[in-house]
Amino acid sequence: MCLAVPGKVIAIMEEGGLKTGRIDYSGMVNTVCLELVPDIVVGQYTVVHAGFALSIIDEAEALQSLETWAEFLELQRVADGPGRSEPENP
Amino acid sequence: MRFVDEYRDPELARRLLAEIRATVTRPWTIMEICGGQTHAIMKHGLDQLLPPEIELVHGPGCPVCVTPLEKIDRAIAIAGRPAVIFTSFGDMLRVPGSCQDLFMVRAAGGDVRMVYSPLEAVKLARQYPECEVVFFAVGFETTAPGNALAIRQAAREGLANFSALASHVLVAPAMRYLLSQPTNRVQGFLAAGHVCTVMGLEEYEPLAAEFKVPMVVTGFEPVDILEGILLTVRQLEKGEHRVENQYGRSVQPRGNPAARQVIDEVFEVADRGWRGIGIIPASGLAIRARYASHDAEKKFAVTAITATEPTGCVSGRILQGLTKPPACPAFGRACSPAHPLGATMVSSEGACAAYYRYQRRAVLS
Repeated sequence: MCLAVPGKVIAIMEEGGLKTGRIDYSGMVNTVCLELVPDIVVGQYTVVHAGFALSIIDEAEALQSLETWAEFLELQRVADGPGRSEPENP
Repeated sequence: MRFVDEYRDPELARRLLAEIRATVTRPWTIMEICGGQTHAIMKHGLDQLLPPEIELVHGPGCPVCVTPLEKIDRAIAIAGRPAVIFTSFGDMLRVPGSCQDLFMVRAAGGDVRMVYSPLEAVKLARQYPECEVVFFAVGFETTAPGNALAIRQAAREGLANFSALASHVLVAPAMRYLLSQPTNRVQGFLAAGHVCTVMGLEEYEPLAAEFKVPMVVTGFEPVDILEGILLTVRQLEKGEHRVENQYGRSVQPRGNPAARQVIDEVFEVADRGWRGIGIIPASGLAIRARYASHDAEKKFAVTAITATEPTGCVSGRILQGLTKPPACPAFGRACSPAHPLGATMVSSEGACAAYYRYQRRAVLS
């Protein structure tokens, strides 16, 4: 039930006195309420749950976290040396 | 899809699994609180890829599952009345009450409608002033701000024909309840990423310190979940018990202040019954007195309706991580998603439904 999907804000308008936005989920677009993320601007990504944007995705944090993992895996790969095979999954 | 595909990278997942294997030295029991995470773990087969030392147990984080039987009966009583448009998220419609479910009310002529957002119910109240429009406001902290905002919006617009049947639950009190049980087996938690997106990390610090359990706020994609497990295992192996945030791209330490503010304006903390568990003190949200005219339980005077849980279902033990679905004699036989006997089979996010759907029928633990 707490399923929430990331999407990009492509337009912001007002509907019935509420800050509202069009959100693009890689092709599928719908309209959601932006009242809970008052500072959001067009071009930012958000996490949408039950018709409400809940957060502004911290792109810098996301990028940094992925880069950290990429570096960690690269170091591990170097440490493992060539020819090492992955253990079989149980 | 951005912020999804990156977290489904099989190579990264394989490497995280290798790191988990390299880190773990003894058995650990970890609970994922959220039903959405249970579903993702089963869907991607993560439980079958982990080393045997790590046991995942599935928590009570499915609001549909834990909605008490009497709330469903009250919903059914309201939905069957003339000139009522009863609205709900789709997954509540097939949850069985004592005698029937909301789909059966619709089949008998009741105006029961599925909505995607509570604001759609407010819109219906605007469109049909001659009808009473009732929204079944179910959910955890993730769903509470939207539901609260819908109630506030109806009040601001003077829509006297809009009301909400509130059945909101809170995660942190449920974690405290589980950790306080003498039978508790949970040694570390994957805390629910979207609940924390709203509420932040503050509630978890005292729990981690008091019960000496690591709490890692975790996202919902396979790489998120594996990273959450790795961070939990690292803490467990070092004897640490901190609150850690794996899902930093969405979760800020103080959560979402605007969302918390609207929850606090419309709802107040109240004792709440959990289907399969019973009453947990201060574990739910009730509509505040100033919004009482939009409280469907008061408007339709249904609080006298009570119900008794059928016996024989082990969902209470499953929700507490004490047993696994295939260990139940009724699992996949008398009890299935088409004919659920209890809380954890009724919703697609329930642990029993997830085991059933993803063919974990033969796994006995």
